[in-house]
Amino acid sequence: MSKKAISMTVNGRPVEAPAEPRTLLIHYLREQLDLTGPHIGCDTGHCGACTVDLDGQSVKSCMVFAIQAEGAEVTTIEGLAQPDGRLHALQEAFREHHGLQCGYCTPGMITRAYRLLQENPDPSEQEIRYGISGNLCRCTGYQNIVRAIQAAAQNLNSVPEAAE
Amino acid sequence: MIPASFDYHRPESLAAAVQLLGSLGEEARAVAGGHSLIPMMKLRMAVPEHLVDLRSIAELKGICIEGRAVSIGAMTTQAEVIASDALAQVCPILRETALQIADPQIRNLGTLGGNVANGDPGNDMPASMQVLDAQFEVAGPEGKRKIAARDFYEAAFFTALGEGEIMTAIHFEAPSASHGYAYEKQKRKIGDYATAAAAVILVMEGGRCSQASIGLTNLSDTPLYAQAASEALVGSSLDPAAIDAAVAAAEAIADPVTDSRGPSHFRRKLAGVMLRRAIASAQNRAA
Amino acid sequence: MNEQTPIAERAEKLQGLGCARKRVEDARFTQGKGNYVDDIKLNGMLFGDFVRSPYGHARIKGIDKEAALAVPGVLAVITAEDLIPLNLHYMPTLAGDVQAVLAHEKVLFQSQEVAFVVATDRYAAADGVELVEVDYEELPVVVDAAKAMAADAPLLREDIKDKDEGAHGPRKHHNHIFYWDAGDLEGTQRALSQAEVVAEESIAYQRVHPCPLETCGCVASMDKVNGKLTVWGTFQAPHAVRTVASLISNIPEHNIRIVSPDIGGGFGNKVGVYPGYICAIVASIVTGQPVKWIEDRIENLSSTAFARDYHMTGKIAATKEGKITGLQCHVLADHGAFDACADPTKFPAGFFHICTGSYDIPVAYVGVDGVYTNKAPGGVAYRCSFRVTEASYFIERMIDVLARKLEMDPAELRMKNFIAREQFPYTSALGWEYDSGNYHTAMAKAMETVGYQALRTEQAANREAFVRGETRSLMGIGVAFFTEIVGAGPVKNCDILGLGMFDSCEIRVHPTGSAIARLGTISQGQGHATTFAQILASEIGLPADRITVEEGDTDTAPYGLGTYGSRSTPVAGAATAMAGRKIRAKAQMIAAYLLEVHDDDLEWEVDRFQVKGNPERFKAMSEIAFAAYNQAIPGIEPGLEAVSYYDPPNMTYPFGAYICVVDVDVDTGVTDIRRFYALDDCGTRINPMVIEGQVHGGLTEALAIAMGQEIRYDEIGNVQGASLMDFFLPTAVETPTWETDHTVTPSPHHPIGAKGVGESPNVGGVPAFSNAVVDAFAHLGLTHTQMPHDHWRVWSVAQDLGLHG
Repeated sequence: MSKKAISMTVNGRPVEAPAEPRTLLIHYLREQLDLTGPHIGCDTGHCGACTVDLDGQSVKSCMVFAIQAEGAEVTTIEGLAQPDGRLHALQEAFREHHGLQCGYCTPGMITRAYRLLQENPDPSEQEIRYGISGNLCRCTGYQNIVRAIQAAAQNLNSVPEAAE
Repeated sequence: MIPASFDYHRPESLAAAVQLLGSLGEEARAVAGGHSLIPMMKLRMAVPEHLVDLRSIAELKGICIEGRAVSIGAMTTQAEVIASDALAQVCPILRETALQIADPQIRNLGTLGGNVANGDPGNDMPASMQVLDAQFEVAGPEGKRKIAARDFYEAAFFTALGEGEIMTAIHFEAPSASHGYAYEKQKRKIGDYATAAAAVILVMEGGRCSQASIGLTNLSDTPLYAQAASEALVGSSLDPAAIDAAVAAAEAIADPVTDSRGPSHFRRKLAGVMLRRAIASAQNRAA
Repeated sequence: MNEQTPIAERAEKLQGLGCARKRVEDARFTQGKGNYVDDIKLNGMLFGDFVRSPYGHARIKGIDKEAALAVPGVLAVITAEDLIPLNLHYMPTLAGDVQAVLAHEKVLFQSQEVAFVVATDRYAAADGVELVEVDYEELPVVVDAAKAMAADAPLLREDIKDKDEGAHGPRKHHNHIFYWDAGDLEGTQRALSQAEVVAEESIAYQRVHPCPLETCGCVASMDKVNGKLTVWGTFQAPHAVRTVASLISNIPEHNIRIVSPDIGGGFGNKVGVYPGYICAIVASIVTGQPVKWIEDRIENLSSTAFARDYHMTGKIAATKEGKITGLQCHVLADHGAFDACADPTKFPAGFFHICTGSYDIPVAYVGVDGVYTNKAPGGVAYRCSFRVTEASYFIERMIDVLARKLEMDPAELRMKNFIAREQFPYTSALGWEYDSGNYHTAMAKAMETVGYQALRTEQAANREAFVRGETRSLMGIGVAFFTEIVGAGPVKNCDILGLGMFDSCEIRVHPTGSAIARLGTISQGQGHATTFAQILASEIGLPADRITVEEGDTDTAPYGLGTYGSRSTPVAGAATAMAGRKIRAKAQMIAAYLLEVHDDDLEWEVDRFQVKGNPERFKAMSEIAFAAYNQAIPGIEPGLEAVSYYDPPNMTYPFGAYICVVDVDVDTGVTDIRRFYALDDCGTRINPMVIEGQVHGGLTEALAIAMGQEIRYDEIGNVQGASLMDFFLPTAVETPTWETDHTVTPSPHHPIGAKGVGESPNVGGVPAFSNAVVDAFAHLGLTHTQMPHDHWRVWSVAQDLGLHG
């Protein structure tokens, strides 16, 4: 099947790259755009390692064709830090609270948490656990991930301008 | 897991979508949120030559409530169902059901229409559609028509949706303001289909159950409207005998397959447990 | 740092042993800048994908490649016929068997590799896979290890049908692999026959899978001009892979470079050598281009590296007062179609004979029969040392079974039989020498912390309320006390394919007082770059932040046997400390020269050598490092480097006391883990933050195994539930909050006293969950029920006990 140019905005930057209609968004991001932060963990939509932000919503990019995201705004883990390199509060908090080990689920987990905190800036532990229930982690047992997200929320709420 | 090749179409109107599906024939598949179809395509258990994506059709979206008449566009996502306070006001069982579906990411793309139209007996919304006695509006080459949710499901993945037809909207009359409701689902973990689930809506008047409606999920090759079970409650005070009769009637129509969730006999008994709990919860919530 | 800086402050700045140092790995992982194997992209890189068997057992009558080769982008379809001339259609396994790289003549398990399609990208490769036509003739399938040993069971391994002798002794049946035993059979039988009380139980540990979030894969690149093969891949033991690759390919070892990039979790899954690696290498040699192979999740769960599948029958003898007098165990071990277990050569059942556990048992005997079935090969140590989880599960269940029989509290029975502190070093009836332990103290602390007696009182009240019909929930309290055996191992006992299981560290201290340390291990999330730098910081007095730790590249790292079986800290951690001490010894000579004193007049203090009795006269390590490179010192070579190859004198024996409280809904079979307390003693604690993280993760994996994981096969050999829809990986919602605690009993033989911790929570966790579930029904007569304790199995227990009216 022939490829055609597919364009969208990724991490604030307009991009265009060739892809087949069947090209999955995750492969488009990883292989056409070299954004290898989002990972493939299960292929069936269960693990969330491929989570990206699509038009302001968390989605699993292995369950979306790139062509379906044509014209959309996509944010990946690579787009969360400030342009000057300052890390997002979540990125800091995951390190501070040991919210990662092998790092494979981390980009999807943080990208999901990023959207969760926009939807609910002050989530309870239970809300966080349900909020990240589409993201599997095999290493941490989630406890420190929950702590990291709580800490980031607190940090973002105390410094309003750091919210984005 | 890589899908086979296909041509992609993204019509912007319902008419165009119907026309496309008609002209492309049986090798075309409509895709809504994609969370049922795309995994099947990646496993190459579905190999459509054409994919007609309904995501840009504005007329298929939105929740409209006029009095007790509720219409929900088929492309309304589960997240939008959950987020609608107006809908939760008149018909809270849909939020309760949607929250039991998959996980947050999947609910962002997964649609109400896709969930009811796909015909997967594991999907949760069809049971709630049974209890609401919803009407499914579909559009096809012959125009629009409505199909009762209770007549829609024929077998696993076989429905009354005809060749080239698209689910466009779900219509129902919200139950009376005083109704109680519950969707009780047992699953192994977040993201799983039901081992057994029961949807209940009931109305209590003067200590007596005046209306009752019961649906069951993943307990047969279609969602079940448990009519006899519903009738067993009507007129009762929801006393143990009435509930036992309803549970017996529900178990009698449940015919779940043995799968990794457990053997059939366990899942059938669990249907009864879910129903008991749903009735208790609905009774508590009934005004 | 000058002389005014207090010692404590200087020590703190090093971020050495005991410091909850933040991880240096995290900066790249939190920004999506990790470098995992599927992130690697090389010019001209091709992609390989497998045609796999849909059958559990079938003869291959023909393979038609034509349609696949016609797919645009498909360059080659490799089958066994193509590998035979290279003698690569079979490869040696770690267990002394051979495994088909591509099925030759017949397939032996569903999902077995049949053909390898090489294409320009993964989409074209997948299209090619669809079009390879394989003609099969189905054969009778055996998926039950007991049935495999029946006289008339179908012959599975035709390739070795005439071999009466396997790698581990005689084979007594055409589907038999080995019989291995340890202990005193006669003495044990005598103890059993003379015992006042004997408890028996059949205990199965179901087939599960490590299922790291990243699947296995590699990129093989043959540089034909220079004759050098480079393979990047998910390898937990890169050096061993290099040696194996050299032995089977005849490429000299110096011309092979194996690189483990970042690894997205291993848990034992990435120890073995898989057909995908061999096929990618062959494809790269044939095409002259780099070839990537990445398995998908279904392939991962159904073909690479299962764990457990141990069917154990036990007898335990005791006095009426509860003193254990003997233990016997027979294991029927289902190894699948090929014996590809990853165990040290001399131990085909791993260290299963640690199964006397934490108890002073005078006599014991263990026998293990290994058997072939039509299931995937593997048999890896899934987050445990070799077969130690099976052993721990066995003994911790048997102790509870015995407690029921004696009508004694299971915690009390444990206390009564623990090896006492003064008995260490303790030689077990099955031959292990336990290095150190303080079991009574740990157990007492655990019981006191959770309020064990109060929990039992609450449970009694719950049972009465249940009888009165006031609740449909039963409370269970699970106690487990485990002893791990990790850190393989002494080279005299432990080797893999003849390679001694030492490990290594090479240190270069740079002139300005920073350093690089390279090790033979490889982190898969354990945080070696953080913790090994801490060991070294304490040894050589340079801040951990100025020490780079590098692993996983065989061209640069010293030879080592890799990371699994919790061996990194006990072995490579020791090598790091020993190499550090060599650095310090040379530094002492340099300092003596600079201070114009005798070596013996100096003493080490945190980050410096100082003159004894005159601490104002000192040389800090950073100054010494500079001098090592810029001063001509008589009798001392320039530079400051050291290498240590560490062959541990013994294994280490971490232990712990775990208590789990569960509420069981008898009507639904739903279990709610109300509380889980884990006390771990892993000896000296290098980084408490990392240890706690390891315990959380290990407990979560134990939860998954005990409560839901199972790789099951139906009667015709179809693998059930090999995707994340069915294979149970708990989400944050199903995972409880863990309570962690510790005691510290250093290992007497390890240079810093550390024992390793990563696998303890899995080893101790599984029996704690299981004991809790059984305990909920114990008053009704239940002594054992098979894992996993998923809803329907728990419900079935209640049903069988008549609790559903």
